[in-house]
Amino acid sequence: MGRYIINRVFISIPLLLIISLLTFVLINLSPLDPAEVVLQAQGVPKITDELIAQTKEELGMDQPFILRYFDWLVASLQLDFGDSYVTGKPVWSLIGPAFLNTFKLTFVSSVVIIVMSILLGVICALKEGKIVDKSVRGVSFFLTAMPSYWLASIMIWYVSVKFDLLPTSGMDSYKSYILPVIVITISYAGIYFRNVRTSMISNLNEDYVLYGRACGLPEKKITVHILRNSLQVAISIFGMAIPIILGSTVVIENIFAWPGLGSLSVKAILSRDFPIIQAYVLILAAVFVLFNTVSDIVNAAMNPKIRNDL
Amino acid sequence: MENILEVRNLRVWDLNSDKVLIANNSFDLRRSSCLAIVGESGSGKSITCRSIMRLNGSSLRQSGEILFKGENLTTLSEKKMRRKRGRKLCMILQNGMSAFDPSCVIGVHLKETLAEHFDCDWKKNEIEEKMKLAMESVMLKNPIEIMNKYPHQLSGGMLQRIMIALAIVLEPDIIIADEPTTALDTVSQFEVVEQFIQLRKKMGCSMIFISHDLGVVRKIADEVLVMKDGEIVERGPTEAIFLKPEHKYTKYLVSTRLALSENFKKLMRGETIVAES
Repeated sequence: MGRYIINRVFISIPLLLIISLLTFVLINLSPLDPAEVVLQAQGVPKITDELIAQTKEELGMDQPFILRYFDWLVASLQLDFGDSYVTGKPVWSLIGPAFLNTFKLTFVSSVVIIVMSILLGVICALKEGKIVDKSVRGVSFFLTAMPSYWLASIMIWYVSVKFDLLPTSGMDSYKSYILPVIVITISYAGIYFRNVRTSMISNLNEDYVLYGRACGLPEKKITVHILRNSLQVAISIFGMAIPIILGSTVVIENIFAWPGLGSLSVKAILSRDFPIIQAYVLILAAVFVLFNTVSDIVNAAMNPKIRNDL
Repeated sequence: MENILEVRNLRVWDLNSDKVLIANNSFDLRRSSCLAIVGESGSGKSITCRSIMRLNGSSLRQSGEILFKGENLTTLSEKKMRRKRGRKLCMILQNGMSAFDPSCVIGVHLKETLAEHFDCDWKKNEIEEKMKLAMESVMLKNPIEIMNKYPHQLSGGMLQRIMIALAIVLEPDIIIADEPTTALDTVSQFEVVEQFIQLRKKMGCSMIFISHDLGVVRKIADEVLVMKDGEIVERGPTEAIFLKPEHKYTKYLVSTRLALSENFKKLMRGETIVAES
């Protein structure tokens, strides 16, 4: 098991390097000249070729591509993503707190989504084909199909404005979490609980369940065995779901005025603030790789067969 | 000889399609005897056995009486039925590879089962000791090591013998073996059949043995039921069925037997060679 973890972590290093290179190449392929962007953002009235050349030198843009990539990579590893072109502040001082805010929202939502998915998935699988199963699936289908921005607006209108129960926006207390978390949960739990349900049902028909019953084991113990085996599929899916939610809270964050990564990245993209965009893409990619690795390791801990696969 | 199990008018049908899978079958199992059920796949052999255990899937319904020592199993509460499973009626499945939870070591299942049936009247160490002895008696060396292995690390024949060992410890009145040799290669088949014969000798328990390998059936069974499309088409003592088959289907089965079990017979003749290796 220890060897598996070391191997798995080791494999993710080249993956991260490739991702960082791709990020850097793609941003540099942009037709805009960063030096021009900087000058425009600083409000320089007349941009001359001389000025551009000077700014390029200041930013180190005159150096060869590979050198710039390595400089950026080494600095990024120390969380130094350079300065924002627009505000001139260090990128980390902007993206750090925003990332933390988004992460808090994602974390709470993910916990709720995972708990709900497992709970509903298990209930539906055990009552397969019965009214409970059918109604849960029906309702969840209906809720998942609703666009989250529309659902969010409706909720703000009824819960916060009309009945004044919860804050409409911002991030002030635990109450601010309730509405965004509900909206995110509704749009994701409906998808993930189906995975848990399907994998539970396919496990229910396995021989080991029949043999367990034939040996007179109580249903409770058999359910634990089934859960243990069906959660392996769910864990890989959840492992991917968390970074997806992290990256796709843009809409929700804008509606609820959540001071997170989503709002920051949209602003950065609109003002062509390259260092922030680069850092944002790199951080999200790193989170993806991290969660993928973690879910693989958890799966290997649960399923002895996988351990030898690497 | 008295009957230990009497199945009366067993009928099984599918709720979704209304298809009748077992039509009004009745048969008896005599104490300390072995009844073989033969027939092609889909003839209802396994469903008959699962109906006795009341372990059919939720879409199947059954009617009729199943009398175990005079007690009707079909009217028992689920809890009482569960106590009977394992302790009184023990099942051995076809595919050892999938019969154990793939994410747990074998010992987990064995301990859970034994704890379920013996916790009140036996001490833990005693059960473990008995389990070890039982495993050794079915030619499984190093029982402790095997208990700490995952199913995928063991062979199908070994897993089959672990199920037999568990049955030895549980000391059931009836062992139901659902095609226990079908998924095995010829050598393991031979070993497993040997263990079944030993098991009957040692414990004197009654057995229902499902198979479509007539060579195995002839060696182990006292009586044979021939099933086709959910109906019993012929029944009688083993030798009578093999020597004077009456039903057309039975004649067909017996005539193809030689070709089917040629390998097995070869092994039976060379018994000593296999036992040594």
